[in-house]
Amino acid sequence: MIETRHISKGFNDRMVITDINVAFDRGKTNLIIGPSGSGKTVLMKCIVGLLDVDDGQILFDNRMFTGMSFLEKKVIRQEIGMMFQGGALFDSMTVEENVMFPLTMFTKKSLEEKRDRVNFCLKRVNLENVNNLFPAEISGGMKKRVAIARAISMNPSYLFCDEPNSGLDPKTSIVIDNLISEITQEYQMTTVINTHDMNSVIEIGDKIAFIYNGKLWWVGDKHEILDTDNEELNSFVYATELTRRLKK
Amino acid sequence: MLMKKVFTRHEKGSVFRKQILDEINNLGVDSLGIVAIISVFMGAVVAIQTAHNITSAWVPSYTVGFTTRESIILEFSNTIICLILAGKVGSRIASEIGTMRVTEQIDALEIMGINSANYLILPKIVAAILIFPVLVVISMFLGVLGGWFAAAWLNVVTVTNYYEGITLDFIPFEIFYSVFKTIIFAFIITSVSGYYGYYTDGGALEVGQSSTKAVVISSILIILFNLIITQVMLG
Repeated sequence: MIETRHISKGFNDRMVITDINVAFDRGKTNLIIGPSGSGKTVLMKCIVGLLDVDDGQILFDNRMFTGMSFLEKKVIRQEIGMMFQGGALFDSMTVEENVMFPLTMFTKKSLEEKRDRVNFCLKRVNLENVNNLFPAEISGGMKKRVAIARAISMNPSYLFCDEPNSGLDPKTSIVIDNLISEITQEYQMTTVINTHDMNSVIEIGDKIAFIYNGKLWWVGDKHEILDTDNEELNSFVYATELTRRLKK
Repeated sequence: MLMKKVFTRHEKGSVFRKQILDEINNLGVDSLGIVAIISVFMGAVVAIQTAHNITSAWVPSYTVGFTTRESIILEFSNTIICLILAGKVGSRIASEIGTMRVTEQIDALEIMGINSANYLILPKIVAAILIFPVLVVISMFLGVLGGWFAAAWLNVVTVTNYYEGITLDFIPFEIFYSVFKTIIFAFIITSVSGYYGYYTDGGALEVGQSSTKAVVISSILIILFNLIITQVMLG
């Protein structure tokens, strides 16, 4: 479980997130949703330690992450897998080298063992025969899947996904959503997804935290979100004509 | 602050050694062509200009070879070649690291628990410090050879006179001085470019700006340190 306690973060005297208290459960796909500029990405970056919080605490399975030294954080970070919005694959490395990278850096596995693990991870995300291709040679959807494969190569306890569906067509988005959800349950990870894709919310939202104006506005699941009377959340959920029609 | 991060918390030794070899290839071996071409032609031009400026019959003909050697060893092969490398290698480093920053590749390294500054910048610094002196020594040889071509083919002076000049009063310390300057310049180019690349913020436009700043600041620092080192070692 990942817990945030009263965390706040601002830039140049402007608070971006304020007093966020939320817990993300193990074995569930936890979604952070909210309009653009609401502070979702900052919240996620604070949780993974890319940004230092101004106030509050972050706990990974009751281990206090805030205030840890670089080396102490390194232990927890090796339990974290992250999929970035654009994939963040290393351009100079092939798909195989990208997925193998954490194994090379942090394990003493032989090349054969690492290759086996890479092939297993690539197969798990339904990618085969792409080992020797470079990121520039594969599609956006494939990049996301390679990013997931890299994120799970070290058997992480925590998986973070920043806008996993951005730039993807609806069909591929569903494939990626289902993949993340399956992997989460299979490996009993604590998965946190940052999204504003309502399809993802309805498909895989085991727990949903709605951020509005930098504050935690609402917490629930994919069933509760459809019946909520929270005005700001409703205007977010039913922003499109399609969702309004579906509600009717 | 960045340099402290660069020089602390090394990642795996085997990975580091492989990175150094890769960078020696990227920064050094890939620059060999341009260094060779410029050195040969510059050596020839220095020889021709020196001969052109010697109007007095009292000045011995071997002066052309002597002046070419001294110009090449003391100034051209280290300072001018490093200024060229600041443009070629500096912009490459800044744009490579800058692009990694704006495409979140550096964030990906950080999240894995890797000291990204150390992982990305230190191998480049070490590789440049190792390979730039080699390039400069090659440049010295080719520069003097360029002067010889001018002597032999353009009849600037006789080959015998040119040879006499380049072997006259040779001071080995000048090679050390030149190599020492190159090591300092290699550090300046890689660290300044690494800094501007690492702290790039924004998108493609900012990557370009970082690259330009890296080249400009590296060049200014090279000129400045050239003066300081020369005054301290030869003044």
